[in-house]
Amino acid sequence: MQFDTPATTNPIDRMKVVGKPIHRIDGQLKTTGRAKYAYEWHDADVAYAYGYGYPVGSAIAKGRITSMDTSAAKAAPGVLAVVTTLDVGDLKKGQFNTANLFGGTQIQHYHQAIAVVVAETFEEARSAASLIKVDYAEEKGVFDLETAAEKAVKPDESQQPDSAAGDFDAAFRAAPVTLDARYATPDQSHAMMEPHASIAAWNGDEVTLWTSSQMIDWWRGDFAQTLGIDKEKVHLMSPFIGGGFGGKLFLRVDAVLAAFGAKACGRPVKVALPRPFIANNTTHRPATLQRIRIGAQRDGKITAIGHESWSGNLPDGSLETAVMQTRLLYAGENRMTAMRLAALDLPEGNAMRAPGEAPGLMALEIAVDEMAEKLGIDPIAFRIINDTQVDPENPERPFSHRDLIGCLKLGAERFGWHARKAPAARREGNWMIGLGVAAAFRNNLVLPSGARVRLDGDGIVTVETDMTDIGTGSYTIIAQTAAEMMGVGIDRVAVQLGDSRFPVSAGSGGQFGANSSTSGVYAACIKLREAVARKLGFNSVDVIFEDGSVRSGNRTVPLAEAAGADGLVGEDTMTWGDLTETHQQSTFGGHFVEVGVDVATGETRIRRMLAVCAAGRILNPITARSQMIGAMTMGAGGALSEELAVDTRRGFFVNHDLAGYEVPVHADIPHQEVIFMDETDPYSSPMKAKGVGELGLCGVAAAIANAIYNATGVRVRDYPITLDKLIGGLPDVA
Amino acid sequence: MKAFTYERASTAEAAARAAAENPGAKYIAGGTNLLDLMKLEIETPQHLIDVNGTGLDKIAATPEGGLRIGALVRNTDLAANETVRRDYGLLSRALVAGASGQLRNKATTAGNLLQRTRCPYFYDPNQPCNKRLAGSGCSAIGGVTRQLGVIGTSDACIATHPSDMAVAMRALDAEIETVKSDGATRSIPIADFHRLPGDAPHIETALEDGEFITAVVLPKPIGGKQIYRKVRDRASYAFALVSIAAVVQPDGRGRVAVGGVAPKPWRLEAADAELSNGARATSGILLEGARPTDDNRFKIDLVERTLGAVIAEARG
Ligand SMILES: Cc1cc2nc3c(=O)[nH]c(=O)nc-3n(C[C@H](O)[C@H](O)[C@H](O)COP(=O)(O)OP(=O)(O)OC[C@H]3O[C@@H](n4cnc5c(N)ncnc54)[C@H](O)[C@@H]3O)c2cc1C
Ligand code: SF4
Repeated sequence: MQFDTPATTNPIDRMKVVGKPIHRIDGQLKTTGRAKYAYEWHDADVAYAYGYGYPVGSAIAKGRITSMDTSAAKAAPGVLAVVTTLDVGDLKKGQFNTANLFGGTQIQHYHQAIAVVVAETFEEARSAASLIKVDYAEEKGVFDLETAAEKAVKPDESQQPDSAAGDFDAAFRAAPVTLDARYATPDQSHAMMEPHASIAAWNGDEVTLWTSSQMIDWWRGDFAQTLGIDKEKVHLMSPFIGGGFGGKLFLRVDAVLAAFGAKACGRPVKVALPRPFIANNTTHRPATLQRIRIGAQRDGKITAIGHESWSGNLPDGSLETAVMQTRLLYAGENRMTAMRLAALDLPEGNAMRAPGEAPGLMALEIAVDEMAEKLGIDPIAFRIINDTQVDPENPERPFSHRDLIGCLKLGAERFGWHARKAPAARREGNWMIGLGVAAAFRNNLVLPSGARVRLDGDGIVTVETDMTDIGTGSYTIIAQTAAEMMGVGIDRVAVQLGDSRFPVSAGSGGQFGANSSTSGVYAACIKLREAVARKLGFNSVDVIFEDGSVRSGNRTVPLAEAAGADGLVGEDTMTWGDLTETHQQSTFGGHFVEVGVDVATGETRIRRMLAVCAAGRILNPITARSQMIGAMTMGAGGALSEELAVDTRRGFFVNHDLAGYEVPVHADIPHQEVIFMDETDPYSSPMKAKGVGELGLCGVAAAIANAIYNATGVRVRDYPITLDKLIGGLPDVA
Repeated sequence: MKAFTYERASTAEAAARAAAENPGAKYIAGGTNLLDLMKLEIETPQHLIDVNGTGLDKIAATPEGGLRIGALVRNTDLAANETVRRDYGLLSRALVAGASGQLRNKATTAGNLLQRTRCPYFYDPNQPCNKRLAGSGCSAIGGVTRQLGVIGTSDACIATHPSDMAVAMRALDAEIETVKSDGATRSIPIADFHRLPGDAPHIETALEDGEFITAVVLPKPIGGKQIYRKVRDRASYAFALVSIAAVVQPDGRGRVAVGGVAPKPWRLEAADAELSNGARATSGILLEGARPTDDNRFKIDLVERTLGAVIAEARG
């Protein structure tokens, strides 16, 4: 089915199941430990004589391996096989990988995988791994973004590095009120709970892989390409995933090492990446340096807005697209954005939750706060003055639906925004109290998504799609969609995900998963409804699927009976017309934060958080809220503590464990309130839904930064906002 | 982790004897630090002596009016002990500011004193580290040093001792009781227990090879307002950037020990004497001669500010 005209009334609008606060249907499996994650998969058909693989990472950041001595490791107790990067030689890189995962002599970054040791037990494998001796020819690398940025280049046009409208320079010069400020965001780690893990089992020239992947089909293709085998020979499964945040979008080396290890020892082999590998072996969100210039009239109208960003990556790597939201978020006739890419020899930078917008808004939404202050206008009023209902670079392109103003106004009322005082004017004992606001903005992306839906003789509807559930609630919203479409209760629906034998879906990423995958299920259900109607001789236009039956005129047939012993199947893929080109589709929100900053120590503690979101139809308010509060928590980490600390001499992220890379703990997170605007967007899909999973993160850190400024009068433009950046500006206490 | 042999010791003396008989052996108490380090092969004992069955898990009054805390008393139990909470509130507060509930349930008094540094380079076996491998060099100096020490450090090592409990014990003038393999016992004032790195940062305490800690003894209570203030980036479950353990008497005099700044809990008698003159005077003496890095220079200011808040609270 192609979605190329705005949705009209359809069965989803009944909202009997869709939109209801239904607890996740896989919740009990998870809370009782029966949901099997990649590393713990036990397949009755596969003998439980696994080999345990342990990876070895490069000890240098850049250079070449000159020799490896594996004799001691091979002779160690329990060792079944050792496979090195020299043994396998150069491998073809996956289409979606920038850094080489394995194979050959070249070292591109610290902790690049150079060997796997397989043994009878995990402990034996780990112990033997440390016996491998490696000689390197080390080369000098570039690890400091600030220095590298001086030589940054404009990447090719496919990355859309530049945009402009009107005459920015002239308008900025002429503006009576201007801001020109620089901001920095650090490298960040996905730091998901479940590390990357895989089990590989060969059967002749076919390989089965249980893994932890957000994108089944991308992984399958790149896994096959890296191993040099036919994609059809790969069966990949990832039914449960312990978080990904973009870190599991692209094939990772655990899968490759498991496959080589399994081949070498003739048994299924499991490999999990040790925690330090998450930072230095896999991908991360690249650091950015940003410059923002805004010019406005005294009445607050923006006349010029410019946003530049510099980020680094390995050769052939991509940009961190930190200026994208600035092309769309605020009005202003004269505009420019530019992104430049610096060459770095750090691990690969790539997508992390809300790539581009998350760091972009960390800067832009501070800049907007600063500009409002310069103008003497309330920051919410300033945003409202500069709202736009069209793409400001292409004014003929309207937004499909945009209610940023609604979010900000409702949020202000609920949060008690009027109580906000001048900077450093509110004290409670040792706490300096401040309120902050930021706009949330993230585009609504759509990807083709397929599904197969079966109806059996018991009236059970079973959905099969290679869609993944990375903790987001995909199982549940897909079940709700199928239940709504087929007119049954959710207890009559079974959902099977994350298996390459199922139709290819959108997968999970870019907040496109929920809307795209449920639309694929919608399309398949339409096919199944037609099959039911056809079998019963009904005219498919006037049939009604309701209460477990199908009705046409005065004839009602239970679905089970309609399916018969053989059952019926519908399969389809939702594809997308040009509505995303004719209409700008985005999601919006307002983040409100209250912080306390300790006047003596500069410690910031968040006291209250509220997010108001306009993101189309909310398919399930419970799972959507979970996405929001999780993202707000991630934003708190981004604002206050998360930073991969770069050793610019040795070229690696130093704090590569969860003791050093500080994500928020429970004590850091106060009550979080989330409000969803009651809306639908018929341009987005037949579901009329959009994404929320990334929107929740966009703008949070800036709202916290603005609250800290309001509390203390100290403006920090360099994340994370740790106390060392504040205490110099706090009042004397001694 | 290297393969190791394992035994259980049922008395302190037996433990010390077993250590003498097995060169390269280590005691294991709660295991919350040792096992992590063994997994990374930062510690590679060939033999483990499990000391959890030595019966040293009691807290008892001393004839001098103080308190003897068995080496195996868990951090949770010590923090919750009624006498400790009443007479040595500082210690209780320091303990609950550390780690997490689960860890404190396992962590022991002796193990806490002997926990090793959290310098990130120490934790990465690919990086040179004089503490991990004597003479290999210090990769932290010139690198990422925000968490590391500003005083008492050396050109060989700038790491800090991460314990919260030890900072409170330093302010309370605790003594550490030990037994050696020949059965000889001694008592080491906490001031002399942790060593400064000098040119041998891998030697961290005054303990001899195989010397076993049996108890920590606190002198009789000294009263005063007892405040432990731990400053950190997140609200819980993080090591101190700076911590202040202070006992302030009604006349404004008292004691102060500082954590997060040095290779040992940092206290100077001369600084104590300044306490009634306020935070600036006190921290000026405490941190005189400090050698911060660009990354951790803020700790100097932070100590003074935090101490200021602590003194204000004590006078409150
Ligand atoms: C995630 C995490 C967070 C933490 N956060 C904090 C924190 O915020 N603040 C803080 O202070 N601490 C913190 N800790 C450290 C924790 O307090 C220590 O790990 C714990 O106190 C060690 O005690 P243990 O009994 O487990 O020692 P073990 O790990 O069993 O032993 C540690 C060392 O002491 C030796 N040893 C043990 N008993 C004796 C004895 N009787 N005589 C001689 N030698 C002995 C062992 O041989 C070993 O070398 C944290 C630890 C972790 C893992
Ligand atoms: S500061 Fe000390 S612990 Fe850290 S790397 Fe240097 S020698 Fe090792």
